[in-house]
Amino acid sequence: MKRAFDIVVVGAGPAGLAGASAAARAGMRVAVIDENPHMGGQIWRAGVGTCHPNYAKVRAIASFKSSGAELYPGYQVVDSIDEGDLVTWIDVKRSLETFGFKRLIIATGARERFLPFPGWTLPGVFGAGGLQALVRTGYNITGKRVVIAGTGPLLLAVAAHLKQAGAQIVSINEQAPMSRLIKFGFALMGHPRKIFQGIGYCTQLAGSPYRTGTWAVEAEGNEKLTGIQLSDGRRTWTEPCDLMACGFHLVPNTELSALLGCRIIDGVVQVDENQQTSIESIYCAGEPTGIAGVDAALLQGEIAGLAASGMAQKAIRLHGRRSSEAEFGRAMSQAFALRPELFSLAKPDTITCRCEDVRFGQLNALAASQADWTYAKLQTRCGMGSCQGRVCGPALEAIFGWRNNSVRSPLFPIPVATMCSESPREKEISIPIP
Amino acid sequence: MTDRNLDAAEVVTITVDGRVISLPSGATVAAALLNAGVPCRVSESGEPRTAFCGMGICFECRAVIDGVPHRRTCQVVCREGMMVETQR
Repeated sequence: MKRAFDIVVVGAGPAGLAGASAAARAGMRVAVIDENPHMGGQIWRAGVGTCHPNYAKVRAIASFKSSGAELYPGYQVVDSIDEGDLVTWIDVKRSLETFGFKRLIIATGARERFLPFPGWTLPGVFGAGGLQALVRTGYNITGKRVVIAGTGPLLLAVAAHLKQAGAQIVSINEQAPMSRLIKFGFALMGHPRKIFQGIGYCTQLAGSPYRTGTWAVEAEGNEKLTGIQLSDGRRTWTEPCDLMACGFHLVPNTELSALLGCRIIDGVVQVDENQQTSIESIYCAGEPTGIAGVDAALLQGEIAGLAASGMAQKAIRLHGRRSSEAEFGRAMSQAFALRPELFSLAKPDTITCRCEDVRFGQLNALAASQADWTYAKLQTRCGMGSCQGRVCGPALEAIFGWRNNSVRSPLFPIPVATMCSESPREKEISIPIP
Repeated sequence: MTDRNLDAAEVVTITVDGRVISLPSGATVAAALLNAGVPCRVSESGEPRTAFCGMGICFECRAVIDGVPHRRTCQVVCREGMMVETQR
């Protein structure tokens, strides 16, 4: 089955919703595809129960709902066969559906960067945004003691949310030194709303220590987390806890852009002033063009939506604010740059590829012999499991400088039976019969 | 305005490794497994694993739902009567 639209938007987060609303209001027939069961992306993820009101979110979702754009939640893009189409996998239906487009807006957002450290595969250790998402979708953490460690503004937002959900925040540990955070504070002067948001989180977190220049060196426990060993470079100590939330800032999701052949430099999709990629019919907005946060995503999404509808002129008034948000993104990346100590936490037996249980020692030996990502994959199966290197890839890029340059379809695993019987690639898959 | 997606008073009941678990409707299967204290899967080298990224990227939360293996439970909303098992 194939559905045809003027514009298809991939991703129903801030950038995608803003882009779809702008395009639909410009008279285009628009579909938004998102793999998640609810719209909002990771940052505005809807779920169970109540959240604090967030006016940017309420406004964006109301605008989207009245725009006439169609939403396809639970649809995951896995392939593109011909120019102008996307093949999606619908997990609940266990089947594939194809979407045709004249223009495409890629708004695939970002994921958290993780770094391996001893014990990080223990039950009880979560990604910071991940734990927040799980709590929003029904995980009851009332009374649980949580240690938060890693880097980036997300740690504070997560801490505030977990506390509101009934958790006891033992400590928040930011690896960046205070000196760099003070510099970042000055960079925030032009963004008063972000300062107020930060102050809001701090007020909610009164009583929980927020440390800078501190990082987790080990998650302790046997089959279950019992405590986190922390270090400030001078001494180490252990804080007992039930759960840990860790995260090392964000990594753009560029797999779809790469599959379609858009130009990517240093892990960032290249776009012009209209958010147009190196491919004329494809636009990109939000985190894949460089991590800069929700305000940048909303602006870029609107610009992309207007430009893809042939109304780029109408978007010129947004260009100034977009530049200022991009500057904020650059200041953020500098402030939360990772300290080298984090790259040597894994021990030889620390699992680094969680899908295939490849240990750090094997990879370290290969790195010492000048191996690259492809060679390491072939030798160890690292990055060849279900997540296709989405977790260990960025970690090993940070640690060894290995870059994953090979993206191929399907972008996410789908059952072989479906691939053989339903995929438009059916004819390409020929299994020789002896 | 509150962000109430579903009526929190509604509950859904599913079975996790033989145990009956009730959750607010709209909850994901990953949350059900965590609330039950049951691992989603057992890894290649035999470690118990639970949901990690919470957003459909890492595949740690794969489990067997109604007999179908490799379902990413963080992306699946609980439905009344679902049978969930740890993937071994």
